[in-house]
Amino acid sequence: MRYLPLTPADRAEMLSIVGAETIDDLFVDVPASARLAGPVDLPPHASELAVERALGRLAARNRPAGAGPFFCGAGAYRHHVPASVDHLIQRSEFLTSYTPYQPEIAQGTLQVLFEFQTQVAGLTGLPVANASMYDGSTACAEAVLMASRVTRRRKAVLSGGLHPHYADTTHTLAHSAGVETRRLPATVDGEAAVIAAIDAHTACVVVQNPNVFGTVTDVTAIAEAAHAAGALLVVVTTEAVSYGLLKSPGEMGADIAVAEGQSIGNGLSFGGPYVGLFACTEKLLRQAPGRLCGETVDAEGRRGFVLTLSTREQHIRRDKATSNICTNSGLCALAFSIHMSMLGGTGLETLARINHARAVRARDALAAIPSVEVLTPRFFNEFAVRLPKPAAAVVEALAARDVLAGVPYSRLDPAAGLDDVLLVCATETTTPEDIDALARALNAEIAA
Amino acid sequence: MRFTKDHEWVELVGDTATIGITAYAAEQLGDVVFVELPEAGKAVHAGEPLAVVESVKAASDVIAPVSGEVTAANAELGDTPQTVNDQPEGLGWFVKIKVADPAEVEALMDRAAYEAFLATL
Amino acid sequence: MTVLNVGRPTRPSETSPAQEGPPSGRGLLQHEPLIFELGGWGKTGVDFETAADEPLGAADLAGLTRAAAPDLPGLSEPETLRHYVRLSQQNHAIDLALYPLGSCTMKHNPRLDEKMARLAGFLDIHPLQPQSTVQGALAVMEALAHWLKTLTGMPAVALSPKAGAQGELCGLLAIRAALEARGDARRTVLVPTSAHGTNPATAAQAGYAVREIGQTADGHVDLADLAAQLGPDVAAVMVTNPNTCGLFEREVVEIARLTHEAGAFFYCDGANFNAIVGRVRPVDLGVDAMHINLHKTFSTPHGGGGPGAGPVVLSAALAPFAPTPWLVSDGEELRLVEEHAAGEAAASLGRLCAFHGQMGMYVRALAYMMSHGSDGLRQVAEDAVLNANYIKARLLGVMSAPFPDGPCMHEALFDDRWLEGTGVSTLDFAKAMIDAGFHPMTMYFPLVVHGAMLIEPTETEPRHEIDRFCDTLLELAAAAKAGDVERFRGAPFHAPVRRLDETLAARRPRLRWTRPEA
Repeated sequence: MRYLPLTPADRAEMLSIVGAETIDDLFVDVPASARLAGPVDLPPHASELAVERALGRLAARNRPAGAGPFFCGAGAYRHHVPASVDHLIQRSEFLTSYTPYQPEIAQGTLQVLFEFQTQVAGLTGLPVANASMYDGSTACAEAVLMASRVTRRRKAVLSGGLHPHYADTTHTLAHSAGVETRRLPATVDGEAAVIAAIDAHTACVVVQNPNVFGTVTDVTAIAEAAHAAGALLVVVTTEAVSYGLLKSPGEMGADIAVAEGQSIGNGLSFGGPYVGLFACTEKLLRQAPGRLCGETVDAEGRRGFVLTLSTREQHIRRDKATSNICTNSGLCALAFSIHMSMLGGTGLETLARINHARAVRARDALAAIPSVEVLTPRFFNEFAVRLPKPAAAVVEALAARDVLAGVPYSRLDPAAGLDDVLLVCATETTTPEDIDALARALNAEIAA
Repeated sequence: MRFTKDHEWVELVGDTATIGITAYAAEQLGDVVFVELPEAGKAVHAGEPLAVVESVKAASDVIAPVSGEVTAANAELGDTPQTVNDQPEGLGWFVKIKVADPAEVEALMDRAAYEAFLATL
Repeated sequence: MTVLNVGRPTRPSETSPAQEGPPSGRGLLQHEPLIFELGGWGKTGVDFETAADEPLGAADLAGLTRAAAPDLPGLSEPETLRHYVRLSQQNHAIDLALYPLGSCTMKHNPRLDEKMARLAGFLDIHPLQPQSTVQGALAVMEALAHWLKTLTGMPAVALSPKAGAQGELCGLLAIRAALEARGDARRTVLVPTSAHGTNPATAAQAGYAVREIGQTADGHVDLADLAAQLGPDVAAVMVTNPNTCGLFEREVVEIARLTHEAGAFFYCDGANFNAIVGRVRPVDLGVDAMHINLHKTFSTPHGGGGPGAGPVVLSAALAPFAPTPWLVSDGEELRLVEEHAAGEAAASLGRLCAFHGQMGMYVRALAYMMSHGSDGLRQVAEDAVLNANYIKARLLGVMSAPFPDGPCMHEALFDDRWLEGTGVSTLDFAKAMIDAGFHPMTMYFPLVVHGAMLIEPTETEPRHEIDRFCDTLLELAAAAKAGDVERFRGAPFHAPVRRLDETLAARRPRLRWTRPEA
């Protein structure tokens, strides 16, 4: 078997050196009642050829985003990733290395994390960024728990523009930790509504920018209101490319910024693995979750990097840790960092402007359809429209014509009563032809 | 100065007790990188966690040797935690407590008893 | 105070001035500055495609845009390649040598898995495109679920947890939901003293108080202590099996029985599943929930620290509380059930993350499973256990072990008694291993053993590499015992950096690059 180097001769010799007659002797501690006599009922080993054939068939049954007009967003975004990124993350020393607990032989990983942290700090406008979390939704949940620890309060207010999956995830985690989450009703342009919900028990308010309906908001006033009440402001971003153009969370007074970093360096991959970005102000540092990479010097006075402030983490603090998180999203963070290194700040800004221009073009095309109403007043690369029919059915019908028209809001939250709302996203990969195809297909479907 | 088996020292002046960790504890801990101290006004009870001392690889609870109310925490330690290693029984003090019952301090070991205790470890 | 000290210095005891010599590097090893030190301010290494007359002014967002482009440098492609290739050369990796980290299962990462995960039909699909357009992806999830359920004998599996630690949380939250549903909410979780830190951290995050169960002198869970601590306030017992000392818990069936008798659930930390996969099914041990680390047992790459994936197999009693989405089969069609407040998944504990989980890791793990097959997976466990016992046999004469009698499972545990009097600590020994070309084994874990050294070779090591590893350790051990202290105390001498000052890093955290003051 190609992945198992030991030969029968090796095994026989090694067994005798170990002093065992058969391999079963080494499993002597397993209760007799639990010993399996032979392999379980699953297919036997297969060649690469056979595995490729079988998985290739399954892959062929999926419609890739790039195979035709595609307008899905809602928390995962299709962007072009330079060929160098995927090539570099497949280097053995990045792909098959472990967490950098032995810093002398992991300076590659550690320097990348330090650069990544610097990039995330620069994008979010907040000085402290960690070495990544699993994804944006769990980063959001962890931010709420952190705010609760810091303020010693037990309530969080979630805006009506927060991605429903993020709200659900936050609720699950917060509930188990005894923190109450209050979700405001879904509203296209509703971030500021959180202000009215702040009271003396509020640990934090969570707003999203751009929000799930695509709306862009200046949340400075929300920051001020929160701070006046002793609460923290958490700003969530699901489309990291928007950091290239929009006011950063730090600029607007956020205490914690969390984001989904998938848009930069990482493909759609049906929802994972992704990469959570987490940044906060200096004074919140010691309550931050996740790994942190810091600069130091070695015995020879040379600069080097190490994981630091580990006493916050599970392997030391155990039941008093700031989080139970162990892995970060290392390889995805590397991909993010490589892509961001190629883009640079000005490149990200240009990319963001192109995204916005494409979405404006898409919006104009859809606004021209008589029974389609554009709901989002100000957007980055995604906006919401109201259709004259349930959006899910329209999307299904258009999919049959090979147009992936966007995400019906009802897919995210069936109970919100927004069944006629469709979220439409355009990126730099969206062509004018794609937009024409969408408009035509939508027109035809609505007329039908 | 009085001592506990948990390696804390207590210096009582009037009804204010200054508390820190002993030189033995500081040495065992290795380099102190951070000390988490309670806020002034906090009520503390003997036997309960009072502060946390962090080295790079460990976080250790400091147990309150006496009951009372915290009147001051050593703000210097925020910038220079190494003071705990350099002068654990002097400038590296952690908190001052207004003790509820000075007799609690009297009941603790004196230095001779503490050193005898250390010899058994 | 309780003095917790794992006994090692965190900054170099002696320092010397930086070595003279060219700043560029040595031999094949290049020095590489930070990207922020390579110029590139205001530069980009990406060419963009713009449509004709495309307006890029974004005037409609006036007042909402950032004051300036993010202040981050851009590199051309040649610079990018050089930067990251040079950095990569400063990492150790499985592809270089046996990577003996105990409990991490550093097995070979098959490249077929990488190829399959990159098929456009898997990589370029959106989690929320219509389900009718991703039936192949759902079929992958169904197949993976089938393999995991069959290998463990458990009737249900929650695929979505993003890592082992999140899998633990999933299991505990399902247990909490099950207890609340039967009106019997409990407050405590029992965890052995030898447990990995994620166990108590997860229990605390799930809202439980944690109590520790003691260990017997031969490294197993103390049944008497467990029995004494079980009671109506205990929701769950979390046990790693094989345990963190590398031993199979012989009394695991009794542990499960006692736990169930007390009305609690038995959570198994599946980090060490590599030792028993295909030879033992957790269902036969009385397990109610177990997470599986796809990045350990099923070889998805460690990637320098992640991403992981931690699906959780569940008993019939816990299945109704599994997090959404659920994968359901309607005859020919597969369907994700995403709603958890009502409908089919009404009892679900809710969502643990956005979307559906780590699809990229599912594809990789499934390719791995299909390649090995049922017979190959059983062989994996056998070879993993054989390799560990072989290493134990070769080293035990020289290095001391806390539990030397009887076989170990997939990892061999040593302590530091054999180094007494040499002036060399576990840490020093580990650093000298670096000079000899090996990544050190896991040190100082489990906490219950003094100066612990935990070695897990895995099954993907050939005999010659294992012998090379043992020969090296024996040579180092002999040097330590012969009094060659200098070789150890200052090691590593052949790495790009030596003995980094972790104290400084913690006292004065510098977590990002900032412009030097002018």
